[in-house]
Amino acid sequence: MASYVKFGPTALLLAGSLAMSACASKAPKELPPEPGPATTQAPTGPVGPVPGSNADFLAFTQGADTIYFDTDKFDIDQVDAEALAKQAEWLSRYPSKQATIEGHCDERGTRDYNLALGERRANAAKNYLVSLGVDPMRLTTISYGKEQPIALGSNEEAWAQNRRAATITID
Amino acid sequence: MIARSIVLHLAMLASAAMIGAIPASAQVASEAAPAAQGDADAGLSVDDDGGLTGSVSDDSQWQDLGIAITTFATDEDVPTRTNAGSTAALGRNISQIIADNLRNNGLFKPSGPLGLPQPSFDEVRAPAYPVWSLRSTEMLVQGYVHANPDGQLTVGCYLYDVALKHLLAKAGWVVAPGEWRRAAHKCSDMVYSRLSGESPFFDSRIAYIAETGPKDHRMKRLAIMDSDGANHRYITSGQATALTPRYSPDYKSIVYLSYLDGKPSIYIYDLEQNRQRLVTKSSNPTFAPRWSPDGKWILYSMAVAGNTDIYRVSVNGGESIRLTNTPGIDVGGSYSPDGSKIVFESDRSGSQQIYVMNADGSNQRRISFFGGRAATPEWSPRGDQIAFTHIVGNLRIAVMRPDGGGLRHLTDSWQDEAPTWSPNGRIIQFFRTEKNSGKATLWQVDLTGRNERRLPTPVNASDPSWGPIRP
Repeated sequence: MASYVKFGPTALLLAGSLAMSACASKAPKELPPEPGPATTQAPTGPVGPVPGSNADFLAFTQGADTIYFDTDKFDIDQVDAEALAKQAEWLSRYPSKQATIEGHCDERGTRDYNLALGERRANAAKNYLVSLGVDPMRLTTISYGKEQPIALGSNEEAWAQNRRAATITID
Repeated sequence: MIARSIVLHLAMLASAAMIGAIPASAQVASEAAPAAQGDADAGLSVDDDGGLTGSVSDDSQWQDLGIAITTFATDEDVPTRTNAGSTAALGRNISQIIADNLRNNGLFKPSGPLGLPQPSFDEVRAPAYPVWSLRSTEMLVQGYVHANPDGQLTVGCYLYDVALKHLLAKAGWVVAPGEWRRAAHKCSDMVYSRLSGESPFFDSRIAYIAETGPKDHRMKRLAIMDSDGANHRYITSGQATALTPRYSPDYKSIVYLSYLDGKPSIYIYDLEQNRQRLVTKSSNPTFAPRWSPDGKWILYSMAVAGNTDIYRVSVNGGESIRLTNTPGIDVGGSYSPDGSKIVFESDRSGSQQIYVMNADGSNQRRISFFGGRAATPEWSPRGDQIAFTHIVGNLRIAVMRPDGGGLRHLTDSWQDEAPTWSPNGRIIQFFRTEKNSGKATLWQVDLTGRNERRLPTPVNASDPSWGPIRP
């Protein structure tokens, strides 16, 4: 549970994509490949996510696809700025790619206000990306308020994970 | 006076009120002066902001009345087209609903109908007073069910003061088979109003969001039910997340938020046509919809480039009028009963607080000046109180006067939010979220804060919206 909270589901997704692409070098202490069919089905070409895909974006940003906020806040701090710079770098490599930024809140607020707050967080991320040179026409925002928590507990750790703006590139 | 003409002799059945055709106010015949009102909490009696004044429901003398609800009689036990069976079965069901209504709301501690003598049809209008005196009954409710040749049902309801040997109130209704429960709610309202001096509220409906599934994949469907949970119906399939419904004042439609197009937008769902339409076409997210008391306007919130303001649009569409224009989040809103003012929520001061403005957006001023954050204000249908969510660590249901004074907490749980008023402004429903599981349930509490109970729903539930007395 602790590592789940610490790295978040993004890291789990990342690990998943690495495992699927048989890129074991970055995954710690991975079990040796199973004998039999798995070996025969192993890809022969270059490994890794399809360049320009969201999986590629996730691999590139290494967890920086999502930024986190303090309670009731929507400001971009230094950690967020670095994450968004990483996102902008990827977006500049693939200038035809569009992205949606999802704004989320923790459960400890009222529903309507959280919809507004999620929108504000998504826009804070969007505005920062635009300030780094990303064309605003490539970015859309959506707020889910408190409707889509990613950490399911009712504690400070979980709430910190849920106060977020997640960038998802459109494949 | 129409009410006086509602004589419940079978020979005069034609004069019984048709539910849905005659205003509710004309349906209750009252033959004596109103009962003494319960004493008000001293701090709650007067609103110096021009709103209505009134007492708060309290556990005054009338709550301890020995009130007997008897099985409703019938002149002829014949089959009906209801889901309750014959007229005799209907009589038993109706009296049980009345007893449940009065008991479940913490208003009275009625006895019956089980375990009480069952009055004959003729006794309905001529109570056996000595029998009831011996049983220490103070107030006696009797009634009857009669099947009309056209398939409709006539239900008569009588309230007697046993000590005075006096009829206090009577009324009759002609109901379609599918609407038979309304007669029970009308009778409950008559008894409640006559004994408490308060306005009726039982004959009303609730829109809410039915919730199923795990916390991170919760399905949220629009649903409706009667004030006692009966006649439950799902409106949306759950394919798209539905939130924050509000019944129109005429009960013909519901305004709510849906992610149907992938983004939050507000729709009006027409309950007669079973179809819906967007309230306003916008590429921006719209949410937190509310009706004006006359049903002609929709108040909603829209975020533009991350900044949320409150707008108003005609229910028929057309141009939206922006009512707030501060850089903060201005959201929600609830009209005063006369439609002249709007109470809403804004974080322009740095945190969520409650503000009042004129209906045209002028004269915006903050009214909440206590600790914590204050959210989801709802103006009482009586005008004398504003219910809201007080965020002070936990989320609690609270009320205050429209001038911001007289703060009182009504609940104390981990997370209670989104109050909605009973039609008479005496009871508040809200939803309670359970820690960790996030399971939500509907609850109600009266203005004393003492009578709190959970409302039964088929699945978990949130975002209740209590409509007015049915037309």
